Amino acid sequence: MNLISSLLPAYAEIFLLVMVCVILIADLFITNHTKTLTYLLVQLTLLSCSLITVSTHDNGIEHLFNHMFVDDLMSDVLKLLTYLSVSMMLVYSRSYLMVRGLFTGEFLALVLFATLGMMVMISACNFLSLYLGLELLALSLYAMVALQRDSAVATESAMKYFILGAMASGFLLYGMSMLYGATGSLDVNRIALIIHHGTVNKPLLVFGLAFIVAGLAFKLGAVPFHMWVPDVYHGAPTAMTMFIGTAPKLAAFAFVMRILVEALQPLMIDWSGMLMILAVLSMAVGNITAIAQTNLKRMLAYSTIAHMGFMLIGVLSGTIEGYGSSMFYAIVYVLMSLGGFGMIMLLSREGFEADNLNDFKGLNQRSPWLAFMMLLLMFSMAGVPPTVGFYAKFSVLNAAVQAGHIPLVVMAVLFSLIGAFYYLRIVKLMYFDAPESHEKLYLQPDSSLLISINGLAVLALGILPGTLMSVCAISVQQSLLH
Amino acid sequence: MIFGYHLLSVAIWLPIVFGLLVLATGNDRNAQLARVIALVGAVLGFLVTIPLYTGFDRMTSAMQFVEMKDWITRFNIHYHLGVDGISVLFVLLNSFFTPLVVIAGWKVIEKRVAQYMAASLIMSGLVNGVFVSLDAMLFYVFWEAMLIPMFIIIGVWGGANRVYAAVKFFLYTLMGSLLMLVALLYLYNQSGGSFEILDFHRLPMPSLTAQILVFIAFFMAFSVKVPMFPVHTWLPDAHVEAPTGGSVVLAAIMLKVGAYGFIRFSMPIAPDASHYLAPVMITLSLIAVVYIGLVALTQSDMKKLVAYSSISHMGFVTLGFFIFNAYGMEGALLQMISHGFVSGALFLCIGVLYDRVHSRQIVDYGGVANKMPVFAAFFMLFAMANSGLPGTSGFVGEFMVIMGAVKANFWYAFLAASTLIFGAAYTLWMYKRVIFGAVANDHVKHLHDIGAREKLVFIVLAISVLVMGLYPLPFADVMHVSVHDLLVHLATPKVLN
Repeated sequence: MNLISSLLPAYAEIFLLVMVCVILIADLFITNHTKTLTYLLVQLTLLSCSLITVSTHDNGIEHLFNHMFVDDLMSDVLKLLTYLSVSMMLVYSRSYLMVRGLFTGEFLALVLFATLGMMVMISACNFLSLYLGLELLALSLYAMVALQRDSAVATESAMKYFILGAMASGFLLYGMSMLYGATGSLDVNRIALIIHHGTVNKPLLVFGLAFIVAGLAFKLGAVPFHMWVPDVYHGAPTAMTMFIGTAPKLAAFAFVMRILVEALQPLMIDWSGMLMILAVLSMAVGNITAIAQTNLKRMLAYSTIAHMGFMLIGVLSGTIEGYGSSMFYAIVYVLMSLGGFGMIMLLSREGFEADNLNDFKGLNQRSPWLAFMMLLLMFSMAGVPPTVGFYAKFSVLNAAVQAGHIPLVVMAVLFSLIGAFYYLRIVKLMYFDAPESHEKLYLQPDSSLLISINGLAVLALGILPGTLMSVCAISVQQSLLH
Repeated sequence: MIFGYHLLSVAIWLPIVFGLLVLATGNDRNAQLARVIALVGAVLGFLVTIPLYTGFDRMTSAMQFVEMKDWITRFNIHYHLGVDGISVLFVLLNSFFTPLVVIAGWKVIEKRVAQYMAASLIMSGLVNGVFVSLDAMLFYVFWEAMLIPMFIIIGVWGGANRVYAAVKFFLYTLMGSLLMLVALLYLYNQSGGSFEILDFHRLPMPSLTAQILVFIAFFMAFSVKVPMFPVHTWLPDAHVEAPTGGSVVLAAIMLKVGAYGFIRFSMPIAPDASHYLAPVMITLSLIAVVYIGLVALTQSDMKKLVAYSSISHMGFVTLGFFIFNAYGMEGALLQMISHGFVSGALFLCIGVLYDRVHSRQIVDYGGVANKMPVFAAFFMLFAMANSGLPGTSGFVGEFMVIMGAVKANFWYAFLAASTLIFGAAYTLWMYKRVIFGAVANDHVKHLHDIGAREKLVFIVLAISVLVMGLYPLPFADVMHVSVHDLLVHLATPKVLN
């Protein structure tokens, strides 16, 4: 087999890398400030990537680069959703960034680099490649948050993000080095084998595990490692917030799967307990603190924390069922989050951010359709059927009941009851209150269309959730049973 | 049959589709069009449910008009519909009320007409879904989904304190539902992966503790909806703030959903826990009957008074269930239907007054009979029915429950019967203060009697109340076999000694 065809599973990554370089250079010659050509090129790249991923897909599991890189069904599904999410984020944020002078070639290149980082994370099966992907993503994100140089808030949040993110990476590396010390390998599957044979130093392993879990919790934004989330979400320009809050969660899910489940499955009893604490605290702090927020971005930040806690319930159940439900939860969360932030950007205009809760007052009178879409998104986040958010919660809770964690499930539903309150408040503001301004909404046609699709998708997937659920379950099953 | 075996699907989806159509008429410039489409949809929605009654086989307790399709194969969830003698009448009751709600909001709702009509129709479809689902998850989805339109109806078209009432309504009911979800997941895993309600009925649950926990989880969901003492406090708020149509739906339909849950889920799934906890349930029911009856006596707001009267009457229903005999159970079911007619009618009466005077306070009225004689006559009939006068529908159910209670325990019956006195007291006293006497003030002086549209609604309701009171057999014989088999099922213990 020659070199070119042996690289087949990594074609998408390679293509993306080449295209980033091409776009970076091409952008130098695209001088008009709307950057339409660059933008189209980026969208085209993402589209081609998805075509490549689909066409290079085969049913087996393939390893590449000395077992550093894996291509399985789960990675393909997550990558496709990552492209979709990045592409949607670009549609939502284009005009928002354009009026703020941030829609530059550098931004687009950073987005693609971050996407590449996520793809590497999703497909990595060695601690080195995992870390490589994580840092490529993280560094691009730091730079994106800091892109708005003249805004003190944005710079501050970039600084916070960078310092805390670097610390989390440090934790992770430290934990990884412990595991390396205990097992003598960096390979995800080999570590599992070595631990399974049971000749390793258990205290050292658990010590390393604690650091790894802490690092992961930082990246996911789980309590008590969540302090950066509200500040970064609030301070960053909304487009960047949307980016941080969406696709990277898919990559983070893959990251958790590769490290905790594939490498450290034998230590399940240990990490499951740790995750349980994280999950309960995240749901508690996230949901309760969100009530007190008046800024929608901050509120969504705390809601993210709570959602991550919910997602962890699936993982800590420690069953294939549970992992599949967590993957489903992550995907659904990304879909809802895109819609939520998309709505903020849609209602914002030059010199005005629609990120205050009061900006949503009386939206039903200004635009019934948008209000209805936001209603669907909010009820979905609250987990009320017939929206897809309900099935996300349902499948996660079902996995936890199967694993016998009934008290945890009761706690989770009670916290989601608290959570329902602040989502309801948005509905209340839109439907029950009178608008503060009767200014005509100036809506971009492309993002209005997308928000409609997004909102209706939340409803449609809620009516027919079966396919996506099965895809998640099958792909997790296939990558773990080999 | 026009729709073949899909009658139940049509009963659910026809109102919803019409609701979406109404929504598509857009803003208030097309208000009249929205009203007409809504009325057509509501009337059609009622007409398609009539074959459910005429084609119903009274000889069996098996599910009829069954539809079964895969829905979410991963969790073995089916789109499984069917009705038995217990649920069929509620589908009819609900569909019967939808046109009345649309007519009641015809003139009164002036802003965002299309949205109001759409919300009413969509809710009607969802409530039908609750009554005919045979898959627990399907039931749950309809159960939760119907909160959304009700939340909007109270919050957008309600009174001054509507936001508080809407949020309270939503959170109270959501709390109960979420615990029910946990119970459903538990049962799903116990039954080896089935969400079929009938499988749950047959599920052996040898542990009394497990049964009690499951019962409590369901109790949280259903007692809030009924509502039972002490989780009834959302109801007066929601009723007072909701627009007339909303109050009618709440009283006539929504409360029935909770009681229906008890006989569809709690009791057959956990029969031993039901027997074990029956004294508690009976106590709570009697508190509702007596104490809430007394509370109703002191109300100065007509809507609040009827709301408390609803709670008191629903106490009768839960009492009837938990004395475990045929009189009690059938009486309770008849009482649910009768209460639907009567409370719906009373809220419409109050709505008529409120539209004209914009007050719900009893003191703002007096001598209305002088100005609105036709209205006063109808109001009289419904007030009498509410106090359980023989010959009206209110008498049948209450009498049967009291008969059943005598069999169980004399003191239950004694306390329950006191409602006949309290009910008469608070209803007729309110009636007297509002309708009789001299014309109290200028507002009353300028009242004009009800028009053709309102008359039509009241005539329909008056006929229903009288027919059911004088000849209840058509209502009772539908449920006979199902109730009998349910009682047999309840008498068979699941716990092994």
